[in-house]
Amino acid sequence: MAEPATPATPRIQLAHGGGGTLMQQLIDAELRRLYADPDQVLHDAARLSLPHGRLAFTTDSYVVQPLEFEGGDIGTLAVTGTANDLAMAGARPLVLSLGLILEEGLELALLRRIVASLGEASRRCGVTIVTGDTKVVERGKGDGAFLNTSGIGLLQVDEPIDPLAIAPGDQLLVSGDLGRHGVAILAARHGLDLQPPLATDCMPLWPAVEALLAAGVRLHCLRDLTRGGLASALQELAAPGGLELLVEEERIPVAEPVRRTCELLGFDPLHLANEGRFLAVVPEADRQRALEVLAPAGGAWIGQVAAAGHTAGRPRGRVLLRTPFGSERVLVPLSGELLPRIC
Amino acid sequence: MSAPLAATAEVAAVRELAAELAAITTRPWTLMEVCGGQTHAIVRWGLDQLLPPGLRLIHGPGCPVCVTPAATIDAARALARRPEVILCSYGDMLRVPGAAADGGPGDLLGVRAEGGDVRLLTSPLEALALARRHPDRQVVFLAVGFETTAPATALLVRQAMAAGAANLSLLAAHVRVPPAMAAILAAEGNQVQGFLAAGHVCAVMGTTELEDLADRQRVPVVVSGFEPLDLMRGLVACVRQLERGEARVANAYGRVVRQQGNPEARGLLESVFEPVDRPWRGFGVIPGGGLGLRAPFRHLEARARFPGLPGGPEEGADPGAEAGAEGVCISGRILQGRARPMDCPAFGTTCTPEHPLGAPMVSSEGACAAYHRYGRRG
Repeated sequence: MAEPATPATPRIQLAHGGGGTLMQQLIDAELRRLYADPDQVLHDAARLSLPHGRLAFTTDSYVVQPLEFEGGDIGTLAVTGTANDLAMAGARPLVLSLGLILEEGLELALLRRIVASLGEASRRCGVTIVTGDTKVVERGKGDGAFLNTSGIGLLQVDEPIDPLAIAPGDQLLVSGDLGRHGVAILAARHGLDLQPPLATDCMPLWPAVEALLAAGVRLHCLRDLTRGGLASALQELAAPGGLELLVEEERIPVAEPVRRTCELLGFDPLHLANEGRFLAVVPEADRQRALEVLAPAGGAWIGQVAAAGHTAGRPRGRVLLRTPFGSERVLVPLSGELLPRIC
Repeated sequence: MSAPLAATAEVAAVRELAAELAAITTRPWTLMEVCGGQTHAIVRWGLDQLLPPGLRLIHGPGCPVCVTPAATIDAARALARRPEVILCSYGDMLRVPGAAADGGPGDLLGVRAEGGDVRLLTSPLEALALARRHPDRQVVFLAVGFETTAPATALLVRQAMAAGAANLSLLAAHVRVPPAMAAILAAEGNQVQGFLAAGHVCAVMGTTELEDLADRQRVPVVVSGFEPLDLMRGLVACVRQLERGEARVANAYGRVVRQQGNPEARGLLESVFEPVDRPWRGFGVIPGGGLGLRAPFRHLEARARFPGLPGGPEEGADPGAEAGAEGVCISGRILQGRARPMDCPAFGTTCTPEHPLGAPMVSSEGACAAYHRYGRRG
């Protein structure tokens, strides 16, 4: 590169990803603090000493726009989202990798804020970042920053948590009110001045899962309610086993500001993304115990899997929603993209 | 329309009205809700399931995107292909297929993919800003909508005149609702016995035009809103009239609609536009069914500036082409209330919101889109 570059340059340059001095300075000045063992940054691979047991492994990429929104940023999502995917498998999140793809011209101050969020979210999720990689792409070939995280967790359940484990008569619960993340992103993207501002619901899910397990709740299935919201999640659970899910719309918790914003913009809260909410499917005998764990944080019972025999001769693999007025409709996942790239 | 989860007080009120409706209905009746926003709310909340047996709802043509003739889309496509033109309209209009067999998906986005300059607006006044930013280009606004959006277009016309913008014109495709209601009643085999009129149209225009319709056609017309409670109130008021043998205009949306409408918006509309005969997709020409520019503004009509566009008055109307334009798609009959979305062999199979064959699947107010979105598949 012809331009002279110093660590004080306020924007990311191509050379920051070039493997040379500038890249080393970026790592030393901005990224090293993220790592549990800073010396590991120099090695090609992290050496892990993990507790003995069965592991869960997952990966996810984050391309949210805008990069910052009320209550968080892409860094918050990248750590929390992957840790939550592990939690949904019944695994305690342990370690993460972090891949950064930065666009030439990204403000260094913004990168610093994202890195701070990565650190803060790691602490909240109880995970450590053990390995990583940084690349820079030419201006116009990225969208500020793309992040990828992969995670390893220690499984805390013996029976697999899986849509195929769902049984007729099982009960459906959500861990909190829906749609806050979707609205926070919408507000940031469209410059909506919500008063008071509505923050993302992004939060670690493992503590709630751990509390359910500690209470002796048998978890047949868990699903975080990210892209596509509750509507897509329910459909994804109904399809594999050809089950019919019966949901009471009146019981689905939605905060008043989310309701109002949806009314204004013509969205359905059941389609909005969440980053700190999940759906739990439990046997009927465990419903009350599960509710006692989830209710204090706003969780609620929302419906059940149709009992065996109930669905004879009816279409299978569908979600039936009973409206507050007592009428019924089939809940379908959103067609097309409601909100492109929100997680 | 929006779909917030209903509040508890509203739920109780809706249930009470449903019980009242069951109590007062002694015979089968067929009502039409005119507006697509009302159709969406009815399907979203399953309100039709709350009605007594024999009380039937037919979905009306109240979706401006849906009734815009295919020839108008083709005219817009022809304009968008011209290198000097920036063609702009509302989002849904860009995805509605035209009729021309010119290859490609047949919509404005298809022309954009070929290199045409097609832009999405959220307000008509953005067209004037575009014209100012691009003095060397011709900006054409494909102006669609009912009496609700026509005042905003009228404002654009007035501001364009005041600014002397020589590079801005309109492909005027605004339509008027009351003549379409009259056309539905006049059609052979009509089943509609009462209307739920579109509350937002009446908020602008008032109820005078509808009073003429109710008197002449002996049909109850109840101005209704778009929330479950508004719609149930409208149904109760309409059935009450039918059961008593009455036929007049009633306002079940009094919190929004005044008898005289919104004089300011209406005055603006009427100063710029006048009623003209206009083809509606699925209907053919409806006398007085459109709004055309009045003489002092007529030079702003794109058809005057770019002669020879498809669908011009010199071509005459071809209702047959309108009805059969989409092949297997039966949107013409759906718009007239003669068929339901699931009667169409393409519904949910070859025709989906991602790959719409007809306008009612494109538009956020279209009946097919409502049925698809809310899981009515059989």
